Amino acid sequence: MIPDIIMHNLPAFLIAVPMFAAFATPLIGRLGNERVRDAWVLLAMALTAAVAVLLAAQVYSAGTLVYTFGGASPGIPVPADSGGIPVRIIFTIDAMSAFMALIAGIVGFSVTAYSMASQSRSSGRESYYMLLLLLTVGVLGMVCTGDLFNFFVFLEISSLAGAALVASRVDRGVAVEAGLKYAVLSTLGGLLVLFAVALLYGQYGSLNMALIAHQMQFTVLDMVALVLLVTALAMKCGAVPMHFWTPDAYSMAPAPVTAFLVVASQASLYGLFRVVFTLYNVTLNYSLVGWFIIIIGVLSMVVGVTMALPQKDVMRLMAYHAVSQTGYMLLGVGVGLAVLGDETLMSTFGLTAMEGGIFHIINHAMYKGLLFLTAGAVFYRTGTRNLNQMGGLGHNMKWTMVFFIIGALAIAGIPPFNGFASKLMIYESVFLFNPFLSIIAMVVSILTLASFVKVFHSVFMGPQLPEYQDVKEVPAYMLIGMGILALVVIVFGLFPQVVVDGLVAPAASALVDQSSYIASVLGGI
Amino acid sequence: MNMSRIVRTVADISFPFILIYGFYIVVHGHLTPGGGFQGGAVIATGIVLLVAAHGHEAVARQITGNLLKNAETFGLLLFIITALIAILLGQGFFTNWLANTGMLFGTPVAFGPGPGDLNTAGVIPIMNIAVGIEVLGALSIILYYMLSGAQEAR
Amino acid sequence: MFYNLPFIAVAVIAALGIVTMLLRQNLIKMIMGLSLIESAVNLFLVALGYREGGIAPIFTNAPAGEMVMPTVQAMTLTNIVIGIATTAMLLSFVMVIYRKYGTANAQYMRKLRG
Repeated sequence: MIPDIIMHNLPAFLIAVPMFAAFATPLIGRLGNERVRDAWVLLAMALTAAVAVLLAAQVYSAGTLVYTFGGASPGIPVPADSGGIPVRIIFTIDAMSAFMALIAGIVGFSVTAYSMASQSRSSGRESYYMLLLLLTVGVLGMVCTGDLFNFFVFLEISSLAGAALVASRVDRGVAVEAGLKYAVLSTLGGLLVLFAVALLYGQYGSLNMALIAHQMQFTVLDMVALVLLVTALAMKCGAVPMHFWTPDAYSMAPAPVTAFLVVASQASLYGLFRVVFTLYNVTLNYSLVGWFIIIIGVLSMVVGVTMALPQKDVMRLMAYHAVSQTGYMLLGVGVGLAVLGDETLMSTFGLTAMEGGIFHIINHAMYKGLLFLTAGAVFYRTGTRNLNQMGGLGHNMKWTMVFFIIGALAIAGIPPFNGFASKLMIYESVFLFNPFLSIIAMVVSILTLASFVKVFHSVFMGPQLPEYQDVKEVPAYMLIGMGILALVVIVFGLFPQVVVDGLVAPAASALVDQSSYIASVLGGI
Repeated sequence: MNMSRIVRTVADISFPFILIYGFYIVVHGHLTPGGGFQGGAVIATGIVLLVAAHGHEAVARQITGNLLKNAETFGLLLFIITALIAILLGQGFFTNWLANTGMLFGTPVAFGPGPGDLNTAGVIPIMNIAVGIEVLGALSIILYYMLSGAQEAR
Repeated sequence: MFYNLPFIAVAVIAALGIVTMLLRQNLIKMIMGLSLIESAVNLFLVALGYREGGIAPIFTNAPAGEMVMPTVQAMTLTNIVIGIATTAMLLSFVMVIYRKYGTANAQYMRKLRG
């Protein structure tokens, strides 16, 4: 049905389609009218999402996929005359990468659809769409690449595009201030990553993750590189104590950008997991690094939710919740890492904890994206984000209210929504590891519910306020964007076992299984 | 804000030389140190020189912002299309599909010491030219935006 | 000792950059500090690839002997390009901030606290 030439080059198209669309957007904007350009961007995003879905289907059915850039036959990562060294830039897409690409595809498409309406009143939309597409390129590249320097380049692409998008409402000084903060920290993080990459290259003479993982000695320099990588990537994914850019950037960016920045942060989280599990794995002291990740996870959960409670700006409140939810993922995967060396513990609860953490990544991307989009919809109609000035919007914005309820219940972990499914997996498995951590996680979940009840009450409930008498429902494009995410939230909530078995478990085992990652690139060495 | 006549005349005279030198660096990117980014940056410094001598507005009338934006888009598209053609030919993304084919830039490299032949290296010179066009457009447009922002502030 | 000189320079430049970023209140000086760190990383990359007595890494008709490593040089160039884009963006942010607030001092831009 689909030509072979596409099926054989899916990893290349995953990057090439949004990149080509991004480069052509200014030209099309200048030649055609606005409708043509909007249709072009939407089509490009739909194609990217379709490529991501096809790629995921291929990876889940046929196993890890390797794509060599610049090679006459992309399937062969190690050229015959290179002496067993992969010399080119190689995309190594295992189940975990495909899983992340799938998230980026779904969220990317829905935020683009949402932007069609929500950004229609702002100027400079060509640059906005171009940057949004480039941000997608950066995220997709980060999760797919098997090359350390390439990872750094895509990290910088996503940081630059993200920072420019955060500051895109230049008419307000604060947005630029938030963009500046984000850009400075991202650049600093990127330079730390590059320094670590240089340390690794200096020792092993290669940039390929599989080759470095194969030869890893865990010398002192490797430890320095590990610390640099973990610090930089934890900062980029917004974990406490390096979270201070998150509320600013998330609350000041336009809502669709924020929804996608969540995915960009998760790509950094993916990078963190990839470094720990694939690059270092067997050489690590599991419980030490595992406990380190658990501690920053628990800190993120607690600090995030306590900072969220007193907030009055709805976007800022949700941004702190994003920090708090990142903690769940770190907790789940950290527990998995802490017991990685122990076969019995791993099979009793370690793998479940990791699956819970990874399942939470996709769930969080969906419901947090949905919540940011609803906040944006309220802002679109009322022009304020202050909770104290809103009220009674449920009378006029029924669909937005429904979507908000779905998102809020999902984030608070109420059945039958998807947040419950992943949180339950984390509670159960972490309880076996350390009951105290599990109790903290539950308390945080209750506080999250309390916080969202407050938001729901002050935004949608109550009598209709006179100043919002004429407020209408948001345009159809925005409803479509929110609807896609809400649908995913509900479907994942109703059939969690199918999703866990089909999507999450292969991703978790791909992350744990370092040797098959190495073998897929280097062959059976 | 105009500089003195001497500065303006010298800038006018040296601009074509800077341009030629920039193009030389771009086109010889695969043979000598340099390449698309470096050459494009050299050309952009030529535009900086003109702006410094004649003032932003006078230059922007001749070399408009739209022209530079179009140059940027053209360069980017040329780059990615060159990379995509490899897929259409059944090879990997970014494969050097022109090397050693005898077509444009397709002469095989002669063995042994030599000064190098411009007509070699396949898609690399094409990508260098694309990057050169992109960088000269991008750096100049950054400069234009910064200058217009500074003028508004004044 | 002599061979380690570039790495000592890397440490000094990076330390200067970090100190500048932490101690200076002016946003433009903070960006200068960031650029210093970037230069330190670039110097580190190039110094890694240096081989004593090595020749330029051009593979056809290369004479026998050691070559300097080409990959790190490509990485450095890429990082320089990224650095220019970042610096240009950061400086334009500072310009906008200066226009809105009338100052480029980090102490006066704490509207986003809490």
